[in-house]
Amino acid sequence: MGGGLYSLERKDFDKTLNLKAIKPYGDTMNDGKVQVSFTLPVPNGDEAVEAAKQLMKKMGLDNPMIVYHHELTPGFTFFIGYGDCVHTVDYTAIKVPKVQVHKMTMEEIDDFIEKNIGRKLVVVGATTGTDAHTVGLDAILNMKGFAGHYGLERYRMFEVYNMGSQVPNEEFVAKAIEVKADALLVSQTVTQKNIHIKNLTHLMELLEAEGIRDKVIVIVGGPRITHELAKELGYDAGFGPGTFAEDVAAFIAQEWVRRFGSKK
Amino acid sequence: MAGGIFESKLGIDPTKVERARQLARDIAIDVVNFVSKYSTVSVERTICRFYGIDNITEDGIPLPNVVVDHLKDRGALTDGAAIYIANAVLHTGMTPQEIAEQIAAGKLDLTKLPMKDMEEIRSTALDLAKKAVAIIDEKKEERKRMLEELGDPPQPYIYVIVATGNIYEDVVQAQAAVRQGADIIAVIRSTAQSLLDYVPYGATTEGFGGTYATQENFRIMRKALDEVAREVKRYIRQTNYSSGLCMPEIAALGALERLDVMLNDALYGILFRDINMIRTMVDQYFSRIILGYAGIIINTGEDNYLTTADAYEQGYTVISSQLINEQLALLAGIPEEQMGLGHAFEMDPSLENGFLYELAQAQLSRELFPKAPLKYMPPTRFMTGNIFRGLVQDAMFNVVGIWTKQGIQLLGMMTEAIHTPFLSDRFVAIDTAKYIFNNMKSIGDEVIFKPGGIIQRRAQEVLDQAISLLEKMREDGLFKSLEKGVFANTKRQMKGGKGLEGVFEKGKYYYNPFIELMHRPRI
Repeated sequence: MGGGLYSLERKDFDKTLNLKAIKPYGDTMNDGKVQVSFTLPVPNGDEAVEAAKQLMKKMGLDNPMIVYHHELTPGFTFFIGYGDCVHTVDYTAIKVPKVQVHKMTMEEIDDFIEKNIGRKLVVVGATTGTDAHTVGLDAILNMKGFAGHYGLERYRMFEVYNMGSQVPNEEFVAKAIEVKADALLVSQTVTQKNIHIKNLTHLMELLEAEGIRDKVIVIVGGPRITHELAKELGYDAGFGPGTFAEDVAAFIAQEWVRRFGSKK
Repeated sequence: MAGGIFESKLGIDPTKVERARQLARDIAIDVVNFVSKYSTVSVERTICRFYGIDNITEDGIPLPNVVVDHLKDRGALTDGAAIYIANAVLHTGMTPQEIAEQIAAGKLDLTKLPMKDMEEIRSTALDLAKKAVAIIDEKKEERKRMLEELGDPPQPYIYVIVATGNIYEDVVQAQAAVRQGADIIAVIRSTAQSLLDYVPYGATTEGFGGTYATQENFRIMRKALDEVAREVKRYIRQTNYSSGLCMPEIAALGALERLDVMLNDALYGILFRDINMIRTMVDQYFSRIILGYAGIIINTGEDNYLTTADAYEQGYTVISSQLINEQLALLAGIPEEQMGLGHAFEMDPSLENGFLYELAQAQLSRELFPKAPLKYMPPTRFMTGNIFRGLVQDAMFNVVGIWTKQGIQLLGMMTEAIHTPFLSDRFVAIDTAKYIFNNMKSIGDEVIFKPGGIIQRRAQEVLDQAISLLEKMREDGLFKSLEKGVFANTKRQMKGGKGLEGVFEKGKYYYNPFIELMHRPRI
């Protein structure tokens, strides 16, 4: 096996891009290069390295190479490895459910709401259940927003109630009724033991029991939330990492018009 | 008095520092005068715990809660739990634990016993308290002995977190982290424990995002850390959270089980857990008396302000809050050497010269609190999931840590915002931090800042902003200032939040013998 900086390893594979069979890219098309790191519950040594290589082969990584190994604590060895992935994926056959929304800027969204709805939209946001994380919620709602993207509080046409963290679902729903919310934003960060699923399901049941499910747009966001999961749980949209306030704002505005019609 | 001889690399005017400290002292004295008139259910349960009342009923209710609720239901809590328990001891000759068991069984009503002579009751209450204080003294002695025997690692102490939810799994992770180089192990609490108005009981193996703080869990971790400390030949500090609705109870458990560091900050509870401000300030005052006496380092939560407010624009709120926390701690008897005042590396990475501003802020904290083992928190807000960049952000944080001589460095994990740390994540964090701490050890002594340059100007500006905030806060008082939203862009109402129903005004015969025995005010 070649190796090191100036590898003389023959590259006798097809180097043309085929979207029906894509592979990881290191520095040559279809080289399949993958970097992995993992820990095995065994002491460091030749056997450990061999075990790591065999495992990489089972992962579909040919020519496994362990470039670093270190015993973290007696009986646990950490590995960094490289290998060539044997698998391919048909990129042309992929379909991912996505929030259907036409991108707009803050100004465009405000104008859109003013023109089509003619009043402010009321948004209530909270981190519900026992979850105490508000960074995501604040990034979407706070005046300041995140990374230069202003939060909904900054928008002329949104009236925002940020209830903060650890809000019981019952209080959240009561607030929604009290302020006649148009949209609810739920943020969920803690996902250990799928606690978020239970909590999100409970919220949906409450909204249905109170008879307001159809009156509000219900959105969930968080680092491990996908649109697919949100839909499965009966939510209108799910937003994951990389979402900015205008994505959520545009969705609320457009979904409201889609559902209730434009005043024009 | 805090401070001492003032020598500034930042060109800070010592009279301004004195001014800032005086303002903070006025604010803190005002708070302490107010809270001294009140007690809370958790303060009273703390007294019960110190009296040796432990265990739970068949329904799982902790006996300290049984005793305090018993008095509260009968409208007798205003004079405090201590005199009723002491009175019952005088009448029955039973131990406080036996008395609590009788109450739980419905066989004893503390308010039905005739009250003995008040002097006699108080002296019994005091004698009972001395037993608990003797245990704390023993634990302090034990810590001192172990520190002499094993040695105290150099600062910044390397602080890492374990958070499996299962105390036995936490032990495995904690010992591994110590073998990799950690000096402090914090067991993160289960989500929402801060809002429980009781302390869970026994060893626990189920928690969400962390492990319940219980006395038995404290013992299990203490034993494991002492064991591994002997193996690595350095003293290993144990951390937990004296915060939330059971703040003083957990302080007491920490004192009894020789914890070394405890998160303790009422402001954090008010702002981020929506705990009622009166409740938690009263609780904090007693907690700090306990923690100060027990030799436990407190960690304050100013770092959290920067998770909702911008670090550049509102860096001064951190300084103002640190100054107030310092004075509140001194008034409760915590020496400067036990003040792990908090702050965090949260400058927006896209900010030009953000590192310089961060360095200025960290150095300013260092100079304002020269003896304090400052608790420095890693970047979290701007961690993106790009672990490779994240490792560099953590490295920048570690550079500031060694440069400005922070006391306690809570190591960042490159996988922050992805998952609770893997064994290997902790290894990478410790390995790279030790590299930086060793390789740059004396940089703070060698490099001085350009007079009138960016760093000096920034530090001076932050101090000026902090002073003007403190001036406003002194006029309004702390409580009203919090209603106005001075910290973390968060407004809280004096009568709002959780736990206000557990606060009561002290009655004519109110007595808490532990204040008499443990309070050593430093002002």
